[in-house]
Amino acid sequence: MLEIKNLHVELEEEGKKILKGVDLTVEDGKVHAIMGPNGSGKSTLSYVLSGRQGYEVTDGTAELDGADLLDMDPEERAAAGLFLAFQYPVEIPGVGNMTFLRTAVNAQRKARGEEEISAADFLKLVREKAKNLKIDADMLKRPVNVGFSGGEKKRNEILQMAMLEPKMCILDETDSGLDVDAMRLVADGVNALRDAGRGFLVITHYQRLLDHIKPDVVHIMADGRIIKTGGPELALEVEKNGYADILEGA
Amino acid sequence: MMGAPQAKTDDRLTGLAVTATGWAAAPRGDALSRLQSMGLPQRRDEYWKWTRPDTLISADVPPAEAFDAQETPIFGGVDRLKIVFVDGVFSAEESDDLALEGVMIERLAEANSDIHWAQGLYGVLEERGQTPVKRPLAALNTAMATDGLLIHVTGKTGKPISLIYRHVSDTSDAILHHVVKLDEGAELTLLENGPAAARFNKVLEVEVADKASFHHVRAQGRDHARRAATHIFARLGSESAFKSFTLTVNGVLTRNEAVIELTGDDSIAHIAGAAMGDGANGAFHHDDTVFVTHDAERCESRQVYKKVLRNGAEGIFQGKILVKEGAQKTDGYQISQSLLLDEDNQFLAKPELEIYADDVVCSHGSTTGAIDETALYYLRSRGVPKKEATDLLVLSFMAEAVDEIEDDVLREDIVSRLTGWLDRR
Repeated sequence: MLEIKNLHVELEEEGKKILKGVDLTVEDGKVHAIMGPNGSGKSTLSYVLSGRQGYEVTDGTAELDGADLLDMDPEERAAAGLFLAFQYPVEIPGVGNMTFLRTAVNAQRKARGEEEISAADFLKLVREKAKNLKIDADMLKRPVNVGFSGGEKKRNEILQMAMLEPKMCILDETDSGLDVDAMRLVADGVNALRDAGRGFLVITHYQRLLDHIKPDVVHIMADGRIIKTGGPELALEVEKNGYADILEGA
Repeated sequence: MMGAPQAKTDDRLTGLAVTATGWAAAPRGDALSRLQSMGLPQRRDEYWKWTRPDTLISADVPPAEAFDAQETPIFGGVDRLKIVFVDGVFSAEESDDLALEGVMIERLAEANSDIHWAQGLYGVLEERGQTPVKRPLAALNTAMATDGLLIHVTGKTGKPISLIYRHVSDTSDAILHHVVKLDEGAELTLLENGPAAARFNKVLEVEVADKASFHHVRAQGRDHARRAATHIFARLGSESAFKSFTLTVNGVLTRNEAVIELTGDDSIAHIAGAAMGDGANGAFHHDDTVFVTHDAERCESRQVYKKVLRNGAEGIFQGKILVKEGAQKTDGYQISQSLLLDEDNQFLAKPELEIYADDVVCSHGSTTGAIDETALYYLRSRGVPKKEATDLLVLSFMAEAVDEIEDDVLREDIVSRLTGWLDRR
């Protein structure tokens, strides 16, 4: 369970306040969506939770299953079960996708005191998961995200998620830059990972992703705060009327 | 003020004399005259302003302890013909027989006949490389080399020739000069590894005839205090290929010069270098000075140089592409980059293009920077610890240079040395 309480965050260099008291709880097995206009702090929330540099937490807490996330290095948060699917996955020339995946899987196993996965078992596992996401052998061999199309990059994020089997998944605008078919493929990948023990936080601008990944709870974020929470119907309302009404009502 | 030490070194040059007999006497004498007229390198020379030549030309060799790496020697898993030099002296007992299919190998010190195939090459390619940039240490080498190999490749060699340069004495001063001649359609892979001596001056002249191909992979020795000044002079015929890669790990001072002339149409020349240096082990100064001349049509050249520097290390790149009149459809590429692992390092680059043909594609770039924080965060967010993630990004940075090595086994061996350096840091 992810529990965020009264989270206040500033940009380290400028001191600009981005998050102004976020309260949010994502229970295991649930899918929460966060929608909101540009600049509302949605992506910042995902960065702060995963430990990106450049942000200062001035108040509040964020815990995953009772463990203080904010006190951990990014790799420790990952080992604790947090995963962020990036809005802009990073290209890493010269490092094969397969090498990257295996390094990540084994690093997390090691951090949890488990044995490394054997090369044969790893290969079997990655092939099986890749197949479901229509990721071919060539994409696995190529350097991480180099020369990947927008859709391939997002599918590669979901493949990493499937391999790492996190407890809490954050998807940061995973639908951006995707056509309808690519979005469906990504959504199917996410839905296949839905599980009673796993929570999801889906950040998106648009309702359309939520047609494919059906949320249990929808939050509207504006000016660094969650201003409204409701069921899936809230996303439909946004789609129909935009954010203006909600912002005024808040 | 500037005149006094120079007069002293010039006195030393006047006292030099060539001792060779037979065919080599003439090219060695010519080289000595060249050297005497150009003088030894000085800081005021344009291509020496970033690298101090004094310890490369001093009468006494600054001592360097041989370093026991205590690891599997590089290229150990490669089936190869081994030729060993210890402090620059040929070691018959450590070397294989100098016999290999498709190639004739002879020691320079033993080639004393009056007529020899190497006559048209020994010192000849070096002399061509003296214009427009003078390279006195190469002329010194041609005149004074104590040994070296004359390798005539007539066909496809069954396995690589591997030159192993062992360093034993703290004050050894080695001068070796190799000539490689590849006949039309011939193929050779030449491997070189080891520090060779406390101070090493080496020239490699390579003539690549039409349709011939030359592959070269070199790993310079890990001794912290060793010094090296090396030159490669290559001339390429049409449809030929020249590929050279150098790994440098450690070394207080390394100056690697390469002068490549594409004289036949449709030929390709790739030269690459990966250097990793840590200034904490005394000092690390690494200089790549490269000159590629396109003098034929539809040729391709690539210069790919990467340096990883830490703790006050210094990296230098001086690279030029000269496209002569008529060298149409030239495809020239040059990249020099440094990755600074901390804040005290220095990287100086002088990329140059000089083009006299109107239908060419030439690009060059030079960058210096720290580890990409976004990429580091990405890797860490997947659970990869910071040190391991940094190492992956260093390997990623080096990849473009390392990928110039075509042979998988050789490339993996080089990568394992990079990984070794990272593990030790």
